[in-house]
Amino acid sequence: MKVPISWLKDYVDIDISIEELAERLTLAGLEVTGVEYFGIPQGEPPEGINLPPSDHLVWDRDKIVLGAIREVKAHPNADRLVLAMVDYGGDALEQCVTGAPNLFAYKDQGPIDPPLLSPFAHEGAEVYDGHASDGSRMILKERALRGIPNRSMVCSEKELGLSDEHEGILLLPWDEFGHFPPGTPFQDVLGDAVLDIDMLPNIARAYNIVGVAREVAALTGQRLRLPPLDVVAEGAPIAGEVSLDIREPELNPRFTLALIRDIELKPSPGWMQRRLRLAGMRPINNIVDATNYVMLELGQPLHAFDFDTLKERAGGQPPVIITRLPEPGEHLITLDGEDHALDEYNILVADTAGSLSIGGIMGGLESEVNDPSVDMLDAMGVELDEDAERLLHGKASARRPATRNVLLEAAAWNFINIRRTMQSQKMSSEAGLRFSRGVHPAMALRGLLRCIELMRQTSGGVVAAGHIDEYPLPAPEVQVDLPVSEVDRLLGFHIPQDEIVRILRALEFDVVEEGDHVRVTVPDHRLDIGTGITGQADLVEEIARIYGYDRIPDTVIGDTLPRQRANTALEREEMVRDALARTGLREIVAYRLTTPEREAMLTPPGQPSSWPQSGYVTLANPISADKTVMRHTLLAGMLDIAAANARHTDRQLLFEIGSVYWQTGQALPEEPVHLGILMTGPREVPQWQDGRRARARMDFFDLKGVIEALLRELRVAGAVTFAPVEHSSFHPGRTAELRIDGRAVGVFGEVHPLVRDAFGLGLDLERPVVAAEFDLGALVADLTVLRDIEPVPTQPAVYQDIALVVDESVPAADVLAAILAAGGDLLEDARLFDVYRGDPIPAGKKSLAYALTYRAPDRTLEDKEVAKVHARIVKAASRRLGATLRA
Amino acid sequence: MLEQLESTYTQALAELETITHSDALHDWERRYLGKKGAVTLALRATGQLPKDERAAFGKRANEIKNALADAFTGREEMIRQHELAQSLEEGEIDVTLPGRRVPTGGLHPATQTLRRIYAIWAEMGFQVYRSRDVEDDDTNFTLLNIPPHHPARDMWDTFHTTTPGVILRTHTSPGQIRAMHDYGENGTAPIRVILPGMCYRYEQLSARSEIQFNQVEGLAVGRHIHMTDLKGTIAEFARRMFGAEKRVRFRGSYFPFTEPSIEVDVECMICGGDGCPVCKYTGWVEIAGAGMVHPVVLQNGGYDPTEWSGFAFGMGPERMAMNVNGIKDIRYFWQNDLRFLEQF
Repeated sequence: MKVPISWLKDYVDIDISIEELAERLTLAGLEVTGVEYFGIPQGEPPEGINLPPSDHLVWDRDKIVLGAIREVKAHPNADRLVLAMVDYGGDALEQCVTGAPNLFAYKDQGPIDPPLLSPFAHEGAEVYDGHASDGSRMILKERALRGIPNRSMVCSEKELGLSDEHEGILLLPWDEFGHFPPGTPFQDVLGDAVLDIDMLPNIARAYNIVGVAREVAALTGQRLRLPPLDVVAEGAPIAGEVSLDIREPELNPRFTLALIRDIELKPSPGWMQRRLRLAGMRPINNIVDATNYVMLELGQPLHAFDFDTLKERAGGQPPVIITRLPEPGEHLITLDGEDHALDEYNILVADTAGSLSIGGIMGGLESEVNDPSVDMLDAMGVELDEDAERLLHGKASARRPATRNVLLEAAAWNFINIRRTMQSQKMSSEAGLRFSRGVHPAMALRGLLRCIELMRQTSGGVVAAGHIDEYPLPAPEVQVDLPVSEVDRLLGFHIPQDEIVRILRALEFDVVEEGDHVRVTVPDHRLDIGTGITGQADLVEEIARIYGYDRIPDTVIGDTLPRQRANTALEREEMVRDALARTGLREIVAYRLTTPEREAMLTPPGQPSSWPQSGYVTLANPISADKTVMRHTLLAGMLDIAAANARHTDRQLLFEIGSVYWQTGQALPEEPVHLGILMTGPREVPQWQDGRRARARMDFFDLKGVIEALLRELRVAGAVTFAPVEHSSFHPGRTAELRIDGRAVGVFGEVHPLVRDAFGLGLDLERPVVAAEFDLGALVADLTVLRDIEPVPTQPAVYQDIALVVDESVPAADVLAAILAAGGDLLEDARLFDVYRGDPIPAGKKSLAYALTYRAPDRTLEDKEVAKVHARIVKAASRRLGATLRA
Repeated sequence: MLEQLESTYTQALAELETITHSDALHDWERRYLGKKGAVTLALRATGQLPKDERAAFGKRANEIKNALADAFTGREEMIRQHELAQSLEEGEIDVTLPGRRVPTGGLHPATQTLRRIYAIWAEMGFQVYRSRDVEDDDTNFTLLNIPPHHPARDMWDTFHTTTPGVILRTHTSPGQIRAMHDYGENGTAPIRVILPGMCYRYEQLSARSEIQFNQVEGLAVGRHIHMTDLKGTIAEFARRMFGAEKRVRFRGSYFPFTEPSIEVDVECMICGGDGCPVCKYTGWVEIAGAGMVHPVVLQNGGYDPTEWSGFAFGMGPERMAMNVNGIKDIRYFWQNDLRFLEQF
């Protein structure tokens, strides 16, 4: 919300700099996100505060002043130029050559009285270049214009940076500015600054200039001056001209009406237009501007009806304004041209002939104030799309003559219902925005009176005596009993009772002190203070923020330390992260949103999927086509990320730990945490010593090595087995299931070439991608927390190799098991170091060579002891697996 | 025989003089002094001589053997010195050539930031409590004092699911409700937890806004928890996270589940408060929203708000990492480009 300082000063004196004001408001919860300056210099910020530097044009106090044009003469050599004779407060008039069209009417008409007031720039002044569109500036220099010397300028709004207006020079009305003597620095005339305040949803009470002024008054100890609500109402009474019928008081607790007759629809006065512009609204005409002005000033949105249209619709009878819910199937075309199919809770303002507007949000096309000259939409914060624009332009030609009699509405609406309606109808407006945050019903009558009087002052109309005010559901008076100790309890330090009372009264709370309690009555411009303990907390916030959060001391928590709990799941997850990072893997974190189609690519076309078949958590309102459901797997995301990185990185070792989401029978899905690993590319990083020679690529066994290292580091307690399995995402012969104590933890292997190709990692069989997807919970379910550490051996070992020839079908794990079983206590370790096939090993057989380490803990082994065990191993392998010793 | 020995001796000495290489030296040693070397054989043959010649021959042969052994040792030392000198002189390498690259792994920057946050809060007694990503509307909103259709809901653009009343959590605040029920022992036990987790918002992706992001919420509930504690605790966190000299400020704000509500700013990590583009020249960077837990939320968590009070805060690890590291685009985090990740 834009708050012009000049406007704010109508209601509160400001005795601190604009910059300090901005800081104080920000700390109090009205965040000033920017300050826009007009002509005046940026001030020094308060101690310790920085402000973004502003590069606006500062009007030089000596060189840009108020000028009074006393005469306009013809230019001897040019029809399109005139000579303005300007009194700038000096000894003589300055002759100023200008092409401003709004001076031509005065050409050669003799002395002008009163003179025309305009900003006047001396030679050497810096102004914006009126002819440039890039915001460039220039310094005024003396030069001849069509033969007449010229060294100064009367300025347009654009040249001063006030707006983009450059059709003529800025002329200020005499009755408003005549009291400034010529030569007054123009900074003092129109210099201003506008605060941009970010209004939080709970701060509707301050979503207006008076509301901000109230905060300023409380923060700076000044008095608030409210705008007058007196009305000069000299016309025939409104009674009998119109009546009201409120059918849904819950949704429309109050409705007020006033009537003004015989208005002249015309542009509003300059001061009003200027304020609207500074606040970011476009002036339209005096009637619409008055409603917008009061909305900005007091926060009460208003609506002006063409009274004659209403009478016409009522067949010449006094119209009945009805607020009601829609009939089934009812539609309303709003003034932005949108045809709304109404929901059953959309409250309408209607008459006997049909609906007029969606209450509190936007008017219908039929009954607006008729201003044949302009569109009103901009002023109401309505954005038009192209279709609506066309529809409206079609309508414009058929519009009736300008409105003469205006019926003014100020009502109160249930804010939740307004927000719901705005959402369902996808509508937005300045009025709706305010009503949806809660405008107190008490504001309706204030807004009505203020606005009708402004309409009278700016339109020449006559206000009908009295007003109509139906208030079937009065807002309850909110009272809160606040023990002063409650402030201490929540804040943790003492604010004296008289300070608490001062702050609350400054915010217009009614406060009665009863011992160490204060009985607080909430003022009727705000709806954000609750009752009971909620109300107490609300009041503590008011006290704390006005007192100043910067004055609150820091303390260390003195309360009891809660019971601390083991956090095994997180600790183990972090152990896995550390172990894998140490192994050389890089952690990734992917989007948890994907599409079923993307995950379906994990299975080659035409094959049944091996992934668990459960439902997806599906978004009802996805924001993009590639993120419609919560993922079932980590693998799909990892393949996507690997493919993206493959464009620049050959060697990738990735892992991810994160949830997957399986919609089972319940409303809320299961969210198991998974571990995914993906590896591809050369086993070793390229070294310059190796030149460009091809490097071996990572395969199944690299991945298995990583998994084995992980299992070792985690000290998985159960019996680990690797079982060959088939899985639709993996190469049929190169896939294993990891089992701990026989329970499946997950699957790993070489990604199926068709799958990796589908994800953009290519079909090249020489470039395998290996991957794993594990249930992390199952992986870390049972870890050995305490382990006996073996002493370092003191006895020498005996090393011997053994090569056993077995059938191809015999798994290596079985050979190792046979060796270890037969080796007994003396066999310390058996490490496979070669697998050999081919001559002289017969076809269908393979040779597995193991390096064996024998050791006795208490003595040096003798050769014959070792020979005995070695022979036992050969015998056992032969008996159990049909193995023979390789010659 | 003695003459032959003497000539072998002369020859051996002469040969030794010409040897400059350790291989040749050991060959020489083998030929003269080895098991089958000439001098060894000669000594062994002493027994075949007539008795009266044996003593003299043996004596002389031993002398020669010792002399040759000494000469060998001397020569060996000379050659060793020579070879060492040669190696020191000629073995120069280009030390500017790069070392062999050692592949390293590492953790995602979001994880690294989360861990720092966990560690700091853990020292202040705040334990990690995690809850689900896919939440029900009640826990995410209504129980946090945000009724259906309330305008405060506009603060969160929500992903809804096709199951009515089920959404992707928009913040980790629903964890407050869950933690109070899990740890609060029906409103009788104090709580100090942080609630990390992935959150989701219906927003257009841009350099400054993500649809998925981590949040770390904090919650302290006790019989004597005050706003001054919130200020002191958050300030302590900020000093540990961003530097001991950093100033912290509170400013008023609004969250439906806290009352009073504040925003926490810390002096800009980049410019130290002088003003720069990261802090939009204010010198302050927002790090958290916070406040005293709203009485209605305490009630919904099973506590009596007239006896118990609490504070809560919420912070964004990715934003912190961006502010600290000068990262300009939040989308880097989940794009997982290795050229980004490997910088951490």
